[in-house]
Amino acid sequence: MISVEDVKKLADLARIEVGENEAKTLAKDIEEIVGYVQQIQHLSVEEVENIAVMHERVLAEPHNVFREDGTPHIAGEYTDVLISAAPEKKDGFVKVQKIL
Amino acid sequence: MIELSKLTIEKANKSFVRGEFSAVELAEAYLSEIEKKNKRLNAYLEVFDDVREQAIAADKRIKSGKADILTGIPFAIKDNILIKGKRVGAASKILEGYIAPYDATAIKKLKEAGAVFLGRTNCDEFAMGGSTENSAYGVTKNPRDELRVSGGSSGGSVAAVAADMALAALGSDTGGSVRQPASFCGVVGFKPSYGAVSRSGLIAMGSSLDCIGPIAKNVEDAEMIFDNINGKDELDSTSLETSKLPNLQTSKLKVGIPKSFVGEGVEKEVINNFNDSIEKMKKAGAEIIDVELPMLKYALACYYIIMPAEASTNLARFDGVRYGPRISGDSSIGDYFKTRALFGPEVRRRILLGTYVLSAGYYDSYYGKACAAREAIRADFEKAFKKVDVIATPTSPTPAWKIGERSDPLSMYLADIFTVTANLAGVPAISIPSGKTANGLPLGLHLIARRGSDGKLLSHARFFEKM
Repeated sequence: MISVEDVKKLADLARIEVGENEAKTLAKDIEEIVGYVQQIQHLSVEEVENIAVMHERVLAEPHNVFREDGTPHIAGEYTDVLISAAPEKKDGFVKVQKIL
Repeated sequence: MIELSKLTIEKANKSFVRGEFSAVELAEAYLSEIEKKNKRLNAYLEVFDDVREQAIAADKRIKSGKADILTGIPFAIKDNILIKGKRVGAASKILEGYIAPYDATAIKKLKEAGAVFLGRTNCDEFAMGGSTENSAYGVTKNPRDELRVSGGSSGGSVAAVAADMALAALGSDTGGSVRQPASFCGVVGFKPSYGAVSRSGLIAMGSSLDCIGPIAKNVEDAEMIFDNINGKDELDSTSLETSKLPNLQTSKLKVGIPKSFVGEGVEKEVINNFNDSIEKMKKAGAEIIDVELPMLKYALACYYIIMPAEASTNLARFDGVRYGPRISGDSSIGDYFKTRALFGPEVRRRILLGTYVLSAGYYDSYYGKACAAREAIRADFEKAFKKVDVIATPTSPTPAWKIGERSDPLSMYLADIFTVTANLAGVPAISIPSGKTANGLPLGLHLIARRGSDGKLLSHARFFEKM
């Protein structure tokens, strides 16, 4: 059972402002969706254990994907274009409200 | 007059080379179609103002004899793929005004080939949906029946191709978003193997599922685009080189049908059409084999846990600090809450759902189980592809529905039953037109192949396309 309080808690965790009416709708929707996806819990241990036997990777999946240390690009090369996308900026920095 | 309805990439290329018409003339022909139809269909969110300049550059290249097959080909690009210097917004208010600071790798490759970008196309907000009804900028109507949805989430890209408002398009496919609209509008939509096309520059939804894919009028066109955009990319650590991957060699084509999976909840006309396709395949010389994929019964549940979990994580970056607008609250955390309220209803729903399945106490029973189910689904496919070359299902259990007809989210989710399987397993899949319902609505045949066998799948699809 997903209550309006649960939805408010989730919205709080997700940092989304949710109104009272919307919280009610969301509680109903999420209840319904969770009710459906719950069937995943019927997946049995035997079914999962089969994987080890059957699972042969055809491909060598990517591994060890980190590049060597080094200088990927000139320092500051992308600063201007990235900062320009911010809603508020000052002297080459992104500006936000006081945090502390 | 250029006959756009019969035009293909190859034909356009030949006409350029022979001097029958120029890239500028072709671009202008499409722009005039857009001018005529876009108000009604709402396929494009924006038509670029430099289309003519792009086409002039393509013509120069053609004249110099250095044309690539895609030089001068007019594309529509989904609004979640970055083109440097252009607006991009995933059809969301939270990215209002955002200008792409770089090219997606797929775009970079198309630019190198000399392709022309006509504009950016409508989609469900952050590619979340199957009808474009979740776009912050209104629904895209189906060109085959304007009372119906074009499908989604890449509905704008598909409608543009179907209505001769672009020769080809790029979309993205996380759970069917290229293939399902392609089937709704009667065109070809291809989702490559996971990693075959770099995700760099694609606005992320579910990072372990997302793929950029071509939308075209026939399989050959889709293949030409895929051949251009695929490949390993240092900007996407999950990208792969598909050409080096092993392909299964068989003399006689074996097609697997997961009978027990294609039944419940599928409309009668869709089943009949699918059975007709099976008969045609048999006549064309294919061997039809029943395959069991018992784990597919968990596919949809698995998808609707993993996708929102990844989406809620990916969308945490939209905080009103680095891009898009900021709605100010009474504190810096207040800014987050107010700004993130710009997300539309479906995006909020999925973020909360993702937050739920990832939260302490539910993580193991939902996300953990879903990851195990996903491995089991992959293993099922691996096993099946030892016996068959391709697996066939319908693309969607229904044809395009009426705008506004499906209001509850779960009924919308159930429409993804056939397509999500390929994203979970990372295998390539394609939707090709397979006929129409009595009411004239297009239907699609969905073909799935082994991971990395993209080239094989496309050549099989070409074979079935001609049946």
